[in-house]
Amino acid sequence: MSALVDHFTPHLDADARSRLDELVHELADDPSRISVLFPAVARRVARGPSDADDADGIRHPRLEDEARVALLATLADAWRDRPEQFDRELAELYRYGDADEKRAVLRALSAIDPDQGRASLPLVDDALRTNDVRLVAAALGTYGARHLSAEAWRQGVLKCLFVGVPLAAVANLDERADAVLARMVADYCRERTAAGRSVPTDASRVLERVPWSPDDRPEHERSRS
Amino acid sequence: MRIFDPHIHMTSRTTDDYEAMYAAGVRALVEPAFWLGQPRTSIGSFCDYFDGLLGWERFRAAQFGIRHHCTIALNPKEANDPRCVEVLDILPRYLAKDGVVAVGEVGFDSMTAEEEKAFTQQLDLAGEHDLPVLVHTPHRDKAAGTRRTLELVRSSGLSPERVLVDHLNELTVEAVAESGCWMGFSIYPDTKMDEHRMVAILSEYGLDRMIVNSAADWGRSDPLKTAKTARAMLDSGFTDDDVDRVLWRNPVAFYEQSGRLLLDDIDAEPAATFEGNSVLRGQRPTGQE
Repeated sequence: MSALVDHFTPHLDADARSRLDELVHELADDPSRISVLFPAVARRVARGPSDADDADGIRHPRLEDEARVALLATLADAWRDRPEQFDRELAELYRYGDADEKRAVLRALSAIDPDQGRASLPLVDDALRTNDVRLVAAALGTYGARHLSAEAWRQGVLKCLFVGVPLAAVANLDERADAVLARMVADYCRERTAAGRSVPTDASRVLERVPWSPDDRPEHERSRS
Repeated sequence: MRIFDPHIHMTSRTTDDYEAMYAAGVRALVEPAFWLGQPRTSIGSFCDYFDGLLGWERFRAAQFGIRHHCTIALNPKEANDPRCVEVLDILPRYLAKDGVVAVGEVGFDSMTAEEEKAFTQQLDLAGEHDLPVLVHTPHRDKAAGTRRTLELVRSSGLSPERVLVDHLNELTVEAVAESGCWMGFSIYPDTKMDEHRMVAILSEYGLDRMIVNSAADWGRSDPLKTAKTARAMLDSGFTDDDVDRVLWRNPVAFYEQSGRLLLDDIDAEPAATFEGNSVLRGQRPTGQE
């Protein structure tokens, strides 16, 4: 169990890790305790950025994110024979979570099990409907990159440019970026320029790497014409 | 002068109020979950309200340099509606959160069996979650409601210093003083208690376990009644230290029992956003729409 916790908490010091061990044991005794242990993590284990240049945990998990992901990994292990129950609890933790707790659930989707199914995709969709940079960034981790439809994923990346999430936070950007996304980004940049406003420097990460033309439309528009 | 308002419903107040409160010395407050005037008819309304107390309202207060905490509970009035009672099953998730510093407001409204059941259950929840309790005493039949409240607190096994019995007056203060519970007084423009009667009670009963709040909400009320009570105390001969004790150290001591008060200085960041939405309408942080 301790190896599992260590794997997900590279930035926790020894004191914080021993406090987290208490929660892990409590959870192992009674997995249903997750509903009250998960919200309590920041005050019981640790709180703060793991990277001083990333205070809100946009690009890197904060300390409380690491500890919460470790707790969810413990829960997934305890319920490995009951994946539906785990998915249900993730949805509840997200629904009743404050923004910090929601962010940790989204991070856990990407961190815990690369073979997870699409059951938690509605949580990612919800996060992408917000304008909260912490949630939008976490929604575009590897889980979102794997399961979001091309259209939803592109809209998510465009929202990053719009609300100021650095594209470094978007998982698998180079693999998934396509001509349609590049055309959307180019249109957005033209709109900004026409309004006399600055263009996000991150836009070049897409525009310089992907060939595109003004006629590149999303799939649903193509099928309509 | 620093002021901790231990009972105020900021969800119903304006940004002008926040500014005036900050100017008067308010640096921290507790917003108890209560009735909204319009009765709720489903659990979802409670959850969205609790989310607001822990999310948007907390963020909004911070924009004005004020630390916001809340208490969470099924209030006595809505404990009588079977459509609302199921929220008791959801409360444990909320009682675990960082911004929650007590279970409340619980207690009596019309002294029904349903109210007593919800009250007792929530006293148990306070024990389980190691949180203090904020008790509302009824507007009607207040003395009887206060007596029954104290009986239930005694039989709950909670220690009296973990319980704040609120909305007291000259007729109910003595029983609560004897019980060992904290005594709360809501200072209103024209009902409940005014600042001059409050000063008389402080002169008679002393400052120990005494807590003063504005209880300002959507009704006719005044978020500056805490500061006005402080002024009335000074005018009648109490010292600056006495004022600091009643309006800061006492409420801090009570809610500090939760272990969750955050009272470090706030550097208000007017450009900050909560879930992408700022209180500065139309003036988004630099570089964003």
